[in-house]
Order: sequence, then C-alpha cells, then structure tokens
Amino acid sequence: MRIDRRSFLELGALAGGGLALNLYRSPLARAQSIGAPTELTPQAFIKIAPDGVVTIMARASETGQGMRNMLPMLIAEELDVDWKDVRVQQADLNEKIYGPQFSGGSANTPMGWEPMRRVGAAGRQLLITAAAQTWGVPVAECTTEPGRVLQTKSSPAPQPSAAHVVQASSARVLHVASGRSAGYGELAAKAAALPPPALSSVKLKDPKDYRIIGHSQAGVDTHSIVTGKPIFGIDVTLPGMLCASIQKAPVFAGKVKTANLDEIKALPGVRHVLVIDGGITPAAFTPWEPGMEPGIAIVADTWWQAQQARKQLKVEWDLGPAAAQTSEGFVKRAEELLQAPPANTLRKYGDVDAAFTSSAKVVEATYNYPFIAHVTLEPQGATAHWKDGKLEMWTTSTLPVDGRGLVAKMLGIKESDITTHLVRGGGSFGRRLQNDYAVEAAWIAKQIDAPVKLLWSREDDIAHDPFRPGGTVGLKAGLDAQGKLTAWRHHLVTFGDEKHSTSGGGIGADTYPSGFPPAYALYTSAQPLMLRTGAMRAPGDNIYCWVAQSFLDEMAHEAGRDPLEFQLELLSNKKAPWKSSGKDEVGDHEPTGPSVLIPERFKGVLELVAEKSNWAKRAKEPGRGMGIAAWFCHLGYFAEVADVSVDANNKVTVHHVWAAGDVGSQIINPRAAESMGFGGVIDGMGEMGQEITLSEGRVMQSNFHNHPLIRMRQVPPIEVYWRKTDYAPTGLGEPTLPPILPAVSNAIFAATGKRIRTLPLQKSGFSWA
Amino acid sequence: MPLKLTINNVVSTVDVPPETPLLWVLRDVLNYKGTKFGCGMGLCGACTVMVSGKAVRSCMTRVGSVTNDAITTIEGLSVDGSHPVQVAWESLDVPQCGYCQAGQIMSAAALLSHTPHPTDAEIDTAMSGNLCRCGTYPRIRQAIHEAAEAAAITK
Repeated sequence: MRIDRRSFLELGALAGGGLALNLYRSPLARAQSIGAPTELTPQAFIKIAPDGVVTIMARASETGQGMRNMLPMLIAEELDVDWKDVRVQQADLNEKIYGPQFSGGSANTPMGWEPMRRVGAAGRQLLITAAAQTWGVPVAECTTEPGRVLQTKSSPAPQPSAAHVVQASSARVLHVASGRSAGYGELAAKAAALPPPALSSVKLKDPKDYRIIGHSQAGVDTHSIVTGKPIFGIDVTLPGMLCASIQKAPVFAGKVKTANLDEIKALPGVRHVLVIDGGITPAAFTPWEPGMEPGIAIVADTWWQAQQARKQLKVEWDLGPAAAQTSEGFVKRAEELLQAPPANTLRKYGDVDAAFTSSAKVVEATYNYPFIAHVTLEPQGATAHWKDGKLEMWTTSTLPVDGRGLVAKMLGIKESDITTHLVRGGGSFGRRLQNDYAVEAAWIAKQIDAPVKLLWSREDDIAHDPFRPGGTVGLKAGLDAQGKLTAWRHHLVTFGDEKHSTSGGGIGADTYPSGFPPAYALYTSAQPLMLRTGAMRAPGDNIYCWVAQSFLDEMAHEAGRDPLEFQLELLSNKKAPWKSSGKDEVGDHEPTGPSVLIPERFKGVLELVAEKSNWAKRAKEPGRGMGIAAWFCHLGYFAEVADVSVDANNKVTVHHVWAAGDVGSQIINPRAAESMGFGGVIDGMGEMGQEITLSEGRVMQSNFHNHPLIRMRQVPPIEVYWRKTDYAPTGLGEPTLPPILPAVSNAIFAATGKRIRTLPLQKSGFSWA
Repeated sequence: MPLKLTINNVVSTVDVPPETPLLWVLRDVLNYKGTKFGCGMGLCGACTVMVSGKAVRSCMTRVGSVTNDAITTIEGLSVDGSHPVQVAWESLDVPQCGYCQAGQIMSAAALLSHTPHPTDAEIDTAMSGNLCRCGTYPRIRQAIHEAAEAAAITK
C-alpha cells in the first residue's frame, strides 16, 4: 500500500499561504521518507533459538494500542510458527534496520501490513533454503508447518534423523511420513547466515490459511501488567539514579527571574537545583515541539523529596506576553473573526451565495469547542544517563526519532551518540508524539552527570500539556423545497498566524461533508495563540466530526427528514472532485490519496450501524432518544448510534452504543480491535465533559476533579461490528472515536429538542448523570 | 524513627517521615513498582492497594498510619498471577495501556473479598474511583463477573 505523502502535507496548508506541515499527519509522511529506502531483513526482526523459541522484535513503541502484538503477529503468521512459541522483544530505536518506529496516525497497520508479513515470509524462505541446502534437495520441494520444515511428498525417501524428536517448545507433534524434517531451531544458525531474499520476491499466504492473523491473541504484556511487573516508563530504575521534578511558570514560557535556590538545595534529599532558561519565544504561532519550557529542576534522592522541596520554592517569574491570554478573550475574538471576511479559502465550488438566495430554507449556527488535555494515566517522564559524552535514554515516546533529534540538538551531540530504549507508556492519545519530557530528562542528566528519572506531577501534566486546540465554527446551510441540502458554508476560526494553523488546529479541504453538497465553501481564519498544542487521538477529526455531524443532524431535522436517510442521500450526490487527490493508490482500488472518502464505505457503516441499533424502529419518547453519526479519518470508517436519556436536571445517561467500522479486509487481532472500539467510544464521551480554560494565561484545571474522565458507572454497553471490505487493512487507534460525540449530542437533541452547539456539555446546560 | 510495615506478608523497616505517602514508600523505598502514581489526590485509583482488606488510595495514605496493618500490593495478590481476578483479567485480555490496571485489580479483589457475587450496580460503586482513559471498563466489568464465578466454583 502506498501512502500519498502530498495529501498529508496539504492538510496543513492554509490557502494562499505556504506549506505548513500539520504535524499530526506527519508520521505518515515520515513513513515515506524513512521507511521507503530501508530494505528490511528477516535477520533484523527474527531470532530463533536452538530449542525453537522464536523472538520477534516489536519495532513500534507501545502505549496501549496493541502494537507489540499486531506487528509481530504479522511476522509470525508468514514465518509460519505457533504464536505460543513466539516471544516479543521491544526493539531499541534504530530505523535503519527496523523502518519507521512510531505509533501515531493509526499508521502502524497500513505501514506494517505488507512489510511485516514480507519480513516473516522472507524468514520462512531462509529456513526453507537452509533445509534444502542441508538435504541437497530443490527449495521448491520443501514446505513448512508451524515450527518445522518438511520436505514435500515428491522428495526422496525419508532418512532417520533427529527431526523426529518433538521440539520442547512446540506442543505440535508432526507426522513426517514422506520426508525429512528439521526444526526451525536446528536450521536457524544456517538460515541467519544466508543472504535475505528481496522482500518483494517472497510469496505471501492466502488469507484463508491464516492461523494467527484474525485470531485473538492476548497482549504480550498482559501477564506482566496483571502481576505488577515494572514495565512502564515510570518504573525504570538504574543504579545510583536520582529523581527530578520541574517547577515551571504558571504561564506558558514564563521565565525565572529570581528564586530561593540556596534554601532549596539545603532541603532533605535534594542534590541539585537547576534553572532552565528554556528556548521558547512566545509568538502568534506556537510550533510543534516549540522548545524547552523554562523552569527550575529539583533533583533529589527520591521523587517525593523533590516534590516536597518544590513546595518550598519561592520564585519570581517573568511571565511574558502569554499572561494576557484568557478563554473569554479567545471566544470574543473568534466571534469578531466570524463576522469578518475569512482569511483563507480552503475549498470552494458552486455558487454558495446564490444557492442560499434560492433556497427554501437557510439555517445558521455557531459551534464552539474547548481546549482539552491528554491526561494519559501515566504522567509524562523519562529516564536519562549521561556518561563520557554519550547519552542513554529510556523513553515512552511514540515518535522517538524526533526525540533523539531534539536531544542531540539540545545537548550538542551527535544522534549516533544517543542510545534510545523504548519503554511501554501508560497511554498516549497523541501526547507522546511530542518529546519535551525526554529532552528535559536528557538536559538534566547532562548537567548532573548521573542517571536521572524525570517525572511530571498530574498538575504539571495538565498545565503544560500540548493541548487539543479549541475553536469556533460558523456554519450556514440551505435546503430546497424537497428538503435536500443545497449549499454548505463552513468557517473555522482556529489559532495561529497568517500562514500556519497551530498543531492539531488545521483542517483538510476534503473534510466531510466537503465534496457532497451541490455548493460548498470552507474558510479558515486564525487568532494568535501562545500555548503548546498538538495531536490528540484523531486530531482535528475528534472535533470536526462533532461540528459537521451535529449541523447535518440540525439540517435533517429542519428538513423534517430522518437523519440517516438525509445523510445517505447526501452521500449519493455526485461528488465534487477531491481537492487533495493524488496519483498514489490505496490498496488495489481507488486511484486517489488516502484522505479521500469513499462514499460506498461511509454509507456502508451507516447502514450497518442502523441495522444493528434497529434505528428505523427506534422509540421516540420524551426524555429519551437516539442519535447517529459517522466519520472517515485515518483511512477508517466508523458509524455510531447512541441511546440516551436526559432527566429533569439535564443529567445525561448513555444507555447503549452501537458502533460499526470498516477498516478493510482483515481485523488482525479481533479482541484487541473490539477493545479499541470500546475505548474510542468511552474516550470520546470523556472529551465531551472536558475543557481547559485560561485566566491571565494560567490554566485553570489541575487534576481529574476538574478535567474528568468517564467513570465505570457512566459506561454503557457497547457493541462493535465490522463491515469487511476488500480494501487493505487500516488502523483503529483513531477512527473509532470521532462519531460518538455527535451521536450523543444528536441523541440529546432527540430526547430534549435542545441542540448542543457548545462543548463541554456543562456549557450547554447538561452534564453526565 | 524507623517505621515497621507489613507488606505482602513481609515485614520491612523504613526510615522515612511518617507523613510520606505510602505510594512513594512502596515504589521508591521498597521497590514495589506495581502500584502506580496517577494523580496524587486520590482521584484516579491507580495507586490502589489493600490495607487490612480494604481498598485504599496509597497516594493519600500517610505511611505512619498503616504500621499496624497488613498491606497487600499487586505483587502480593498472588505469587504467580493465580488470584481469580488476575486470571480473569488475563483470560479476557483486559488491559490496553495497562497503567491503571493494578489499581483496578486491587479494587476488584477488595470488592470480591466482601461481595463475592457483585451486581452491576455494586461493581459501579466499587470501581468508579478507578479511572481508565483507554476505556477498558466493559472488559473490567466482564472480568469481575468471571472472577466471581471462578471463585465460586473453586470453593
């Protein structure tokens, strides 16, 4: 499968401006720049011990999406081994031999599906070649069964050999009546020394023969997790290691003027107190990885001591220009920008204004959504050890190659002098694509010349998160006399400068429903933002879906139509040419780029979820209702229906959720895939109740009491269904999430007649029961 | 003054201020890393351990207040992952990122120790102090029911 690099780059381009790489999409672009020239070898990924135990390297970091299972499963399938004989080992960072090592953009499935299977098949090919050479028979006469190499029936008579000994690692007993056989373990040394075949030359299995792919395999770390083994970033321990905590300014990029450093140095356990000057100059556009934030690092024997010492800090800050920012100011400025001519035109076709003039009905609405924080359950942190001019680091980053580059630049050393170990992270949701915490740990390690573990508190984690940016959207749409959509005008007021939208705040020209209304315009304007932002699970899509699918639901109701029927009709319109279509292919089907929505797939998941939720026969009663929504992002299609009730106090209970997804021909690890479906729904519900607000530049939220997650009692039964299509398999980290937000808010409308145009729910007068 | 702690049936002596949270004594003094830090305010449940059979948030528990209690951490729930809750968790492959799961398991084990056959409502009450951003709640609920059944069969 080819990924169209250009289409991802284009997503960040504001019309008339330069090319602004919108970094949430960059991992896929990176896959092209890094992955393509690398010829992967089975020797890099597969190690087979004499007893037949197979070790497969997991190249991507793991933060809960199941990448340490999924990628090795692809290799194991084609290597033709039993999964129970496989041990998975996390690879250190080395993209030269492993190819792209990141987890973002739901990209590991599309990036890994073909190459990882070919690596496994090439490994099998080497083992067959080793056996054929040993026996002096043609390669074509040999085949494999899980764990062993057999010679096919056309081979000479069997010779008694050690191959009849059952391998200790395999429960399988092989009956080898017509040929010699040898265990992979016996052949491994010889196979490893052979030249690897070109990956493009190896033959892949027919999917009907899959024994691992498509069969649920438990997480490779599950036993370690349920028994409390120290496998997370926070658990890394080195001899002589010190622990660090950093006090930063209450305002983004605020600098230290003076502080009682000598008093702090004298406190129990404190070894070092370091002032971080930082490297950020606040400006209207705050880039991805803007640099080190200033602050004071306290290094102590234990983290608790460092935290206690922090409480005694007396710092005078130079807060800088970011202290003027307030949430109210952002909303006020956004409203002004909505009234003004838009700064950028991303997409325009048809005569929108003429269409409104001739429409039977025109509806206008303004949607508002807040900044929110990632709040991974494991707060940010990293461990680093500086020794003899070289650095070793342990990071939970999901984009560690960026981290290594930033660290090298910060410390003034070569990337080749950095060893990067990838450690399981307690959640990412896009947060760990940025490497600020690793840069901080590395910087401290160099100052103190000792191993150090940095850990952020939850308060640090929320105040200094690279937030999902908020935004305001002005919408206008028309209906003809038959209740069909005539035109759609979409004006997103985001953050940034004239040329760049802040990370996570850009929008693609083809974002749904772009292309489907007969006349359409997508505009953006931006206001300055001196604050870090970034990718959050399904960046952009996690909120643009809510805006578009809510307003579409409004239009269906204005037309007196069923929202499902209204949307299926829209999807049947002759689509306008895709703006971002490239020449690359997705799977074997569409001569288009990956950001191009295929209407048949979008309709397919809507129809499937409608069927499963019994949408057509849904009860209509006061206080209870169902909402439907769908979305396409990160190459996947999801539609979701929520059944919701609202009580007299506007408390919202979600009673049931149905989800239908189309991520292509193959669900690789079914139970884990279903878990991603549950997770997207629950995480998305959580986002509906969250907001980050600023007052005098200060983040007003600090912990889970005012930036809440969904709790057990709020979780409905969730059903996840797959619509299998013959497109190449794609990822599940992100596309499961977006539809739940509008499915719930559309259900609240069905239950109450009240339209939610502002999130969080509390700002619209609702809250979770 | 050194404090005596009984953790997973092992008596240890630690020399820390008595107001130190139990969590940090477990993690950084005694090297029981299974118990996790998530919020420091008793809001997320990642640090849940059992103190004399009850689920408590170790980030909010002064170590000086539990010197006379039997403390159980995830490492002490069983020697080999054979506690019915751990078995159910593994058989349903509950974790996603896994970071909150030690706390979830300790809350579930405490629940089952006094309510062997919890209803969904009882599960909601007992488990709503444990946050999971990955959204493993449906599997957790299922695993608690499965553990309850398994425990009943083995009795």
